[in-house]
Amino acid sequence: MLSEASLQKIEELKTKYPTTQAMTLPVLWMVQEEHGFISPEAMKYVADLLKVSYGHVFGVVTFYTMYNARKIGKHHIEVCTNVSCMLRGSGKIVEHLEHRLGIKMGETSRDGTWTLSEVECMGSCGTAPMCAVGEEYYENLNPEKVDSVLNKLQ
Amino acid sequence: MIQSLLPNIADLHKIEVYEANGGYQALRKALGMKPEEVTDEVKKSNLRGRGGACFPTGLKWTFMPKVTPKPKYLCVNGDESEPGTFKDRQIFESNPHVMIEGIVIACYAMGITTAYLYIRGEYGKWVRMVQKAVDDASAKGYIGQNILGTGFSTQLVVHKGAGAYICGEESALMNSLEGERGYPRVKPPFPAQYGLWGCPTTINNVETLSNVPIIINNGWEWYSKIGAPKHPGPILVGVSGHVNKPGVYEMPTGVPLLEIIYKHAGGVPGNKGIKAVIPGGSSTPILRGDQLEGVCMDADSMKAAGSAVGTAGVIVMDEDTDLIQVIARIAKFYHHESCGQCTPCREGTGWLHKILDRFVRGDGRREDIDLLMDVANNIEGNTICALGDAAAWPVQSMIRRFRDEFEKRVHEAVPAEQVPA
Repeated sequence: MLSEASLQKIEELKTKYPTTQAMTLPVLWMVQEEHGFISPEAMKYVADLLKVSYGHVFGVVTFYTMYNARKIGKHHIEVCTNVSCMLRGSGKIVEHLEHRLGIKMGETSRDGTWTLSEVECMGSCGTAPMCAVGEEYYENLNPEKVDSVLNKLQ
Repeated sequence: MIQSLLPNIADLHKIEVYEANGGYQALRKALGMKPEEVTDEVKKSNLRGRGGACFPTGLKWTFMPKVTPKPKYLCVNGDESEPGTFKDRQIFESNPHVMIEGIVIACYAMGITTAYLYIRGEYGKWVRMVQKAVDDASAKGYIGQNILGTGFSTQLVVHKGAGAYICGEESALMNSLEGERGYPRVKPPFPAQYGLWGCPTTINNVETLSNVPIIINNGWEWYSKIGAPKHPGPILVGVSGHVNKPGVYEMPTGVPLLEIIYKHAGGVPGNKGIKAVIPGGSSTPILRGDQLEGVCMDADSMKAAGSAVGTAGVIVMDEDTDLIQVIARIAKFYHHESCGQCTPCREGTGWLHKILDRFVRGDGRREDIDLLMDVANNIEGNTICALGDAAAWPVQSMIRRFRDEFEKRVHEAVPAEQVPA
């Protein structure tokens, strides 16, 4: 389920936390980075690895919005629509993205390339409106800039 | 000598540049003092927490037991998720070492051997930047075993969150660090008695700890004279919304809001008037554009104006803003982020959201205005943590200060058969 490098990192983590349960979030991140999402089998694997219950891992995965319990598109576009972004035109960005990709917020394109999500404040209020694709932030957006981001990713 | 949080020095995030500009001198100085002298210095400086509650930092440190058989922990709160807040991100990016230096000094003052820096999951890129800075500081002997040959040791672990606003609440942050769902805990017991894994714990905000080296370098007397006397020091103010130059600005506390908006942030586009301002992140009560005169960025002034400093995230709304849409969006946020433990918050935030959406559609009923107030009043003060209050305050203040906006959206039509003859 996890690569050698990740397993080695887990050994290191054991020296940083007094319990294995505390490693739930870091280990789930490793799973998601390697597999794109966290399947029920992966949750079972993490539970066994950390000697916690499956229920515990399931509870954690479903509590935090960034863990994907099911497969999502190759590119996950997250658009902030909270107040600061809204005041600077995030509505237009959403409209443009939905039109360009042919999907609505919360949907994944049929070919599995794009997933579009509405997210809460990402801390880009001074450079609003914004969207994130993976760890990358795209800021001070306008429809033209959105086009160039999509073209780059395609 | 580092005298501010975000000095205008190129490449300050690199450890050599930070050192060349007097970085880590405060740590040397602090390690030469007694731990209680360091705490005393911070206490006398009147530094107050920058995470929103404005609690006196030095006083918080004294709550930690001096002698205990258990390990003691420091949690550094970098979960920064309050809408309108983007200041800690600037520290991570431009000056991470001032924060790291502050963390190590805080650990020394309280006799702590492990600190956890909790950074929100969305800041993945910044987590990497901070981890690099921590590794550099460890390589130079500023963190780890036998720091600068003094015999004092402490480790700093960077921990990445996974998307939950509630984890910025200190007890939820501790549960999250323990690998749990981010549910806030009932207080008491307070973290200084029973925190992480039941051990004495202090939780401080990233910006708060970044102030500590500045205090140690320059002394409490110098520091306490910066800005507002009862809430002194430099403060990072994030300005967003309808301004010409949005961004994070460092200034002394006590600067008038209008000066922040017009002088620093370049005023409102199109020279439009200001309809409303949220002064300290989405949970702080909204202020009317015509009541901003004389309101300053410090705890007392904001309190007198009927709001709060919060995280100093100033959201400016021009005269054409649809405030109903704004408050509905804020309500949606708290509904989404409620952890679901307490009924008043879990249910109440949903009701606020649904009712406000009716107003957005123009379907509000006249009695809905009082109903919103009633729901908000029944959330406030009736929950384990402050998220309930944070959801209630914006709604209450919006109705108190902009009742006319709600009245304009009331749908007065009735079905034909109910029209009086």
